[in-house]
Amino acid sequence: MLKHFSDEEILAVVEENGACKENLLAILLKLQDLSPQNYIDERTANLVADRVGLSHVQMYDILTFYAMLETKPRGKYVIEVCNSAPCYASKSDRVVAVLEKELGIKVGETTPDGLFSVQYMPCNGYCDIGPVIRVQGRTHGNLTEEKIKEIIQNLRNA
Amino acid sequence: MHIDPNKMVTIKIDGIPVTVPSGTTILEAAAKIGIKIPTLCHHPDMTVRAFCRVCVVEDSWSRRLKTACNNYVDECGEVFTNTPKVRMARKTILEMILANHPQDCLSCPKSGKCELQTLAQEYNLKENSFDSVFTRVPKQEDNPALVRDMSKCIKCGRCVDACQAIQGTNAIGYQNRSTHFSIGTAFDHPLNSTACVLCGQCVAACPVGALSEKDDTERVWDALQNPDLHVVVQVAPAVRVAIGDDFGLPKGSVATGSMVAAMRRLGFDKVFDTNFAADLTIMEEGTELLNRLQNGGKLPMITSCSPGWVNYVEKVYPDMMDNLSSCKSPQQMFGAIAKTYYAEKMGIPKEKMFVVSIMPCIAKKYECQRPEMNDSGAQDVDVVLTTRELAKMIRSRGLDLTSLPEEEFDNPLGLASGAGAIFGTSGGVMEAALRSVYAIVTGKEAGDLDFVGVRGHEAIKEASLDLNGTTVKVAVTSGLKNAKILLDKIRAGECDYQFIEVMCCPGGCVGGGGQPFRTTAAIKAQRMDGLYRIDKKSTYRQSHKNPEIQTLYKEFLGEPNGHKAHELLHTHYTKREIQ
Repeated sequence: MLKHFSDEEILAVVEENGACKENLLAILLKLQDLSPQNYIDERTANLVADRVGLSHVQMYDILTFYAMLETKPRGKYVIEVCNSAPCYASKSDRVVAVLEKELGIKVGETTPDGLFSVQYMPCNGYCDIGPVIRVQGRTHGNLTEEKIKEIIQNLRNA
Repeated sequence: MHIDPNKMVTIKIDGIPVTVPSGTTILEAAAKIGIKIPTLCHHPDMTVRAFCRVCVVEDSWSRRLKTACNNYVDECGEVFTNTPKVRMARKTILEMILANHPQDCLSCPKSGKCELQTLAQEYNLKENSFDSVFTRVPKQEDNPALVRDMSKCIKCGRCVDACQAIQGTNAIGYQNRSTHFSIGTAFDHPLNSTACVLCGQCVAACPVGALSEKDDTERVWDALQNPDLHVVVQVAPAVRVAIGDDFGLPKGSVATGSMVAAMRRLGFDKVFDTNFAADLTIMEEGTELLNRLQNGGKLPMITSCSPGWVNYVEKVYPDMMDNLSSCKSPQQMFGAIAKTYYAEKMGIPKEKMFVVSIMPCIAKKYECQRPEMNDSGAQDVDVVLTTRELAKMIRSRGLDLTSLPEEEFDNPLGLASGAGAIFGTSGGVMEAALRSVYAIVTGKEAGDLDFVGVRGHEAIKEASLDLNGTTVKVAVTSGLKNAKILLDKIRAGECDYQFIEVMCCPGGCVGGGGQPFRTTAAIKAQRMDGLYRIDKKSTYRQSHKNPEIQTLYKEFLGEPNGHKAHELLHTHYTKREIQ
């Protein structure tokens, strides 16, 4: 949540990213990045909606439509697993199994320490190195169990 | 594709040639030659969404199935609406919808009126080839008026169109996508804490049983069967021109007499008329307007009869609450008078009085429970039923409106002027007020009592009136989206009206959220005509000429806007926080 941000600070981010409907996704992604828990809380959503001229319910429609936006708190690191057909064919379900075992949570959940969330994402074009996951904007491919454990360990140590 | 509405296009549908303007949909063209293509998400007054796919037809150009609701005649060859391929596709689509539907029709409030149920029967659906994926979610009954049973939702989007595109209230909208796609409020707040004003346009739009009014018919049956209670009923103007819909009468039929007979046979001790209370409202509101004009009161004064509209001002424009007339709505004036004047006159103890209202409205169910509406010493109106609920009770009693004799309202709260009757349509309250205000201020009779400038279907109607040398500018609007335009202009100081009539639902109460289902703009127009016919035939056409109103002031109230009138017939408004 952006609770450490005042309304003015949130609106300043909206202005910096071009306060209009056309730039809405960029604005929301920026605000989500600033949130330590990787989500858009209701206050932020309503502030942005009022500023760009959308109703609160239309803003909620947008926030829940896009897989990349979230309205509930998530972990510091959001691990996204591609569940599109090519990655599924190259066994993305095994990637999910490893992540779930390693982190002790199911897809869609957050670890109790607030560090990791796991969720699905649609194809982002790296089918040649599938199955892939994406963390912090970086895509990792050709995954093995060891490689996944290493990625998690590196994030824990970060 | 180039659409030119001046160009005519001829296509063949099922072998029959039809010529229509360019830009006509296949659905509309087919209707013109009497072919009804099934629909679920389509509504003639709404935007086209093409969500449900039930209206698929075959087209000789593309040789594919295409939806009839959003494809134009300009872009197709010969259209076939009833081939085996089309029927199979429609069946499959219906089966998929039903695989995610509770199918508990017997206990569903929409049974018999449900568009999905009708199609399932028309397409002879029996065994579903798909396994059920249905899961029940809890019913949402977080307010006194409107029930949402989202387990039944077929995601057609008609309610969202009503709430966003038509009313501009933006209380409900879409959320999530794909299999999780659903309809709800922002961050799933309870409806009452959103901008929802309980207008019920979403209920009127819903093709299935997902949205309905809170059913209060059992409470009325209980009261009717309780020998200790004196149960009186009042019926709003717009009900009498709509209830016939549910009994197969032509649209807009005036069914006043048979409706009164039906209510008497249901067991109401007295059958009264809200039109009487509408006349009373004109006395109070007209006087209030004159006071504001003469004593520099807050202008423009805006009508306050429509509870959805009052909710909207309290929730969205609280800074303009002073512009609202302090008059209660006719329904609430009736309740307060029934439990005081009438009860005293008849020697009935207040606690034995039970007042039922029949309203074309869902928000009225909320209004009667407001804490301000207890001025008689008890809840002034005990139960509000919608037009649909009354029709249901009439059928349940084994009565058919079409075979009942014409009967008259009881007195003293049953005599009304034609001015009271037209309260049920957009423009009616204004016209009724002008008829009396003009006569009172100028001391003259208007040559023509029909102030036609405020009639009709335009979004915002304007007129001006010369009152002894002072020009009074008035405006009339209905539907909250139009009301918002007016309010923003007033706020910005861009207009100089003195009196404005606003009704929450488009077209006024004739199109209220509690009216019989499948109401369209064309049907609303027929109901409006019905109300103007009642007015034309009335003995009295001005509220202040109603002799029962004159008696009420003489025997009980004293002067309009006097002390007692203020106590019983006026109210105040409260800002309400929304999420």
